[in-house]
Amino acid sequence: MSEPILQLRDLTKRFGGLVATDSVTLDVAEGEVHAVIGPNGAGKTTLVGQISGEIRPDRGQIFFAGQPITRSPVHVRSLLGIARSFQITSVFPGFTVTANVALAVQAHAGHSFRFWTDATRDGTLLAPAAQYLELVGLTGRAGDVAATLSHGEHRQLELAMALATEPKLLLLDEPTAGVGGDESARMVELLRSFKGRFTILLIEHDMDAVFALADRITVLDSGRILASGAPGEIRADPAVRQAYLGDAEA
Amino acid sequence: MRISASTAVASGTIVALAVVPPITNALQEPFYLGLFLRLMILAIAAISLNLILGFGNMVSFGHAAYMGIGAYVVGIGTFHAIEDGIDWLANGFLHVPLAIAASSLAALVIGAISIRTRGVYFIMITLAFGQMLYFIGVGLEVYGADDGLSLYMRSEFGGVLDINDNTQFYYLVLALLLATLYGVKRLIASRFGLVIRGARSNERRLAAVGIPVYRYKLVAFMVAGAICGVAGVLLANRTDFVSPDMMHWTRSGDLIIMVVLGGMGTLFGPLYGAAAFLLVEEFLSGITEHWQIVFGPLLILVVIYARGGIAGVVHALERRRE
Repeated sequence: MSEPILQLRDLTKRFGGLVATDSVTLDVAEGEVHAVIGPNGAGKTTLVGQISGEIRPDRGQIFFAGQPITRSPVHVRSLLGIARSFQITSVFPGFTVTANVALAVQAHAGHSFRFWTDATRDGTLLAPAAQYLELVGLTGRAGDVAATLSHGEHRQLELAMALATEPKLLLLDEPTAGVGGDESARMVELLRSFKGRFTILLIEHDMDAVFALADRITVLDSGRILASGAPGEIRADPAVRQAYLGDAEA
Repeated sequence: MRISASTAVASGTIVALAVVPPITNALQEPFYLGLFLRLMILAIAAISLNLILGFGNMVSFGHAAYMGIGAYVVGIGTFHAIEDGIDWLANGFLHVPLAIAASSLAALVIGAISIRTRGVYFIMITLAFGQMLYFIGVGLEVYGADDGLSLYMRSEFGGVLDINDNTQFYYLVLALLLATLYGVKRLIASRFGLVIRGARSNERRLAAVGIPVYRYKLVAFMVAGAICGVAGVLLANRTDFVSPDMMHWTRSGDLIIMVVLGGMGTLFGPLYGAAAFLLVEEFLSGITEHWQIVFGPLLILVVIYARGGIAGVVHALERRRE
């Protein structure tokens, strides 16, 4: 088996007295969908923050594609191939849907110290942007201002922007959070179509979505890994059932 | 073809500015020529501030410092040209690039530190740097300290044009104003401009898609400083006088007022804002010397009822017509 694309080694992060991430050691293999579940406050988003680079761990190391990135800034990790979507929608609200994605394309198309040419009519940015919008099913809203999108459409846009950076690893922080039943099912369907094409680290609350998508599941509780394994193993794990799944399945 | 209200007002303003000299010359009112000259120079400065404040959400409260730097380049240059007979120091073709270099260098230093901060801290640090330059000006004993320095000659542009003639000077400034507007229009639509506008609404996301935001903001800060430095060169020649007062924080405040009044983050807003500011000042100060008592509430009304400033009002009218 080839080396895991993402390796977390003994990662620890404290906020005052609270240990948000407690000695987490975790591998994500290339091509897999790895779900991280756990109750509210288990430290899932903090974990994503450390992988994407917004939060510095107090201890431990992160390797991406064999390279240590523990101290690399956010934009460097993005350029290396780590893309994230945010739990709370984070787009450029005043830009059009297309411009949002085009800016993500631009970020990976060399430097942006280009002061004169009109980027809003640049085919080398717009064509890929249109492609990613089609992939997530937002083509119909391409010309609209992002602020006018519905919540579900915002999540789709988030995804298109992450994909536009041509990532090797997608960090998806609750892609179906706050999205209604229909839109949520469509998002799960969309993510399912990504299986095998992208490596995904998925944070999710919706257990149906998790079991539909994940190749492996890691259960986090109070910052610590409670269990990690195939969906079947996790479902059967007594500790997990007691701590977490029991409530969800009841 | 229907012309939008925004386009109509913008072109109308430029045409109006273009016909000022023949009218004031015919009426023999050089005072008003000087007034509109000042208006356009301050508009250039306000446009440069708008680049970082309006499009990039960096509320620089020390922007007048760059204008002072540009002005002192002219003041000091012409001072030595006259006192020491070093003729080339009066050359305008030297003053402009030197002002650009000095003001963008100052912006590099100020920006490198202040851009690491946010919100109120950013405002306070830029203000502090602005005041620092103000006090440096006060300390320049040789160049008149806080009394300032009278210019006994203006920048010389060889045989190309003679800015001692206010009409020629006026059209030079008008050309520079139009060039600045066009340059900013290109800039905000460019890749660089998209990054700066993106930083205004969501810096975190910008970093997450792989853009090192800091260095782009810093370059924007320097570009704004450089343009404002050129405005300083013009202002010194317009008033035939430079003093630390040009760098005082209240002058920076005036520039912010112009941008807010005219419409932040719009191309023509700062021009409208500078025009409104100077014309209202001129009109009200003719009535009472406490003109700011009227101007203050006026500004509050604009901020409460017309968030987008003058450009925003024009835009709203345009929408209503449709």
